[in-house]
Amino acid sequence: MSVGQIIKSFTLWEFVKAHALTLRYFFRAKATINYPYEKNPLSPRFRGEHALRRYPNGEERCIACKLCEAVCPALAITIEAEPRDDGSRRTTRYDIDMTKCIYCGLCAEACPVDAIVEGPNFEFATETREELIYDKTKLLDNGDRWERTIAANLAADAPYR
Amino acid sequence: MTALFQSWGMAFGWAWFVSTIIGILVIALPVMLFVALAIYADRKIWASMALRRGPNVVGPFGLLQSFADGLKVFLQETIVPSASNRGLFLLAPIITFTVALIVWSVIPFQIGVVLADINVGLLYVLAASSLGVYGIIMAGWASNSKYPFFSALRAAAQMVSYEVAIGFVLISVVLWTGSFNLTDIVMAQKGEVFGFINAFGWNPLLFPMAVLFLISSLAETQRAPFDIAEADSELVAGYQTEYSSMSFALFWLGEYANVILMCALNAILFWGGFLPPFDWAPLYLVPGILWLFGKILFFFFVFSWIKATVPRFRYDQLMRLGWKIFLPLSLFWVFLVSGYLMLVRVGVPA
Repeated sequence: MSVGQIIKSFTLWEFVKAHALTLRYFFRAKATINYPYEKNPLSPRFRGEHALRRYPNGEERCIACKLCEAVCPALAITIEAEPRDDGSRRTTRYDIDMTKCIYCGLCAEACPVDAIVEGPNFEFATETREELIYDKTKLLDNGDRWERTIAANLAADAPYR
Repeated sequence: MTALFQSWGMAFGWAWFVSTIIGILVIALPVMLFVALAIYADRKIWASMALRRGPNVVGPFGLLQSFADGLKVFLQETIVPSASNRGLFLLAPIITFTVALIVWSVIPFQIGVVLADINVGLLYVLAASSLGVYGIIMAGWASNSKYPFFSALRAAAQMVSYEVAIGFVLISVVLWTGSFNLTDIVMAQKGEVFGFINAFGWNPLLFPMAVLFLISSLAETQRAPFDIAEADSELVAGYQTEYSSMSFALFWLGEYANVILMCALNAILFWGGFLPPFDWAPLYLVPGILWLFGKILFFFFVFSWIKATVPRFRYDQLMRLGWKIFLPLSLFWVFLVSGYLMLVRVGVPA
């Protein structure tokens, strides 16, 4: 061990340097955001809670083609369909088990009419498991609630699809 | 205070008893409050150095976080493992907590403001803080579970090793002062360096001892980087693994009470205790307890700062540092200090 090293180790030089570093970080701006009050910006492609959209005239978009059900890798989607009184093909049942869903976004990609989409909402934690099994009403409600943001996000992403 | 109660018509024995109880409460309750806020401060400082925010939801700036945690813990069930030794298992946190508190009785907050102004105060501190290891050993043994047991073995070896170094550091202070009484030790630091700095720590001959004592007190209180007894990455939570609710909280409170105590001892033994940093008349207008409090806060910040900076030592590194570096170094320094004192104060016999 050289003399310099001995002096360094007995004056705890490395420790002094390390503590100077942490003290500088102590006064630095925080890297974490103050979450419930501050939120990070989300990409238009963000894949959050699902929603079933409607046309502007109030007609639901979904035509019960069951492509989403077929493509879903987690088998989270269950669809049953029958012709409606006016002869159009509509779903009678559209369930998504949110506890199975892996948020891959394949359902939204498969959909030919942009009916099922993943919206920007990620704050839908519940106290029971049952609440996370979404049915058609819940999904349509989501669509009504988030329609403006979803439409804006789809428009922003449209050139790249 | 005893005289006051006697003037109200109490017998001496009762008056002494009541005034001592009041003295204990006046010290112990603020210490407990300080511990709660110290846990909060520790988390906050640690978080800041990692660029995080730390607790900031409960109360203004999260100040009430510790109280919320305390309330939560208080409402939980105390689980005693069926394979454990029930009596020892429940006794261990009580011992840790009690031992952490009893040392405060000899800490001088001001000239004459001390619960027990005994002549061998420093010996009492050494004895009581050595008892602290019993709480941990008993917890590890009584849990009858492998991680707490490993932790207890480590803690015992660690605390015994570093007490040796601490003993030599204290001997040099005692030699310098010529007294075991903590108030005398503080008063001896008045104008120690250049006639106006009130601290042994700035004396070049005692400064290395001050650093040694700071590092050893980290090891003595099981703080990072010497927290191998509860190394969470290897031993789950060490000797606290099987504990829950209030018995766990007692360990936690005892640990932080010990940390604050060691901060106070650092301040008292080397950095002038309740004396202001400089021997200048206007500074004495500030009550001594505030100076002591400020120094405790400073050392607590240093403890948290070290925790945020230095990674945990390995067990063999810890033992090497304790026995092969600290012990010879402190022993050598005791010779140096006593030699200097012989030369200067006593005079070399012809």
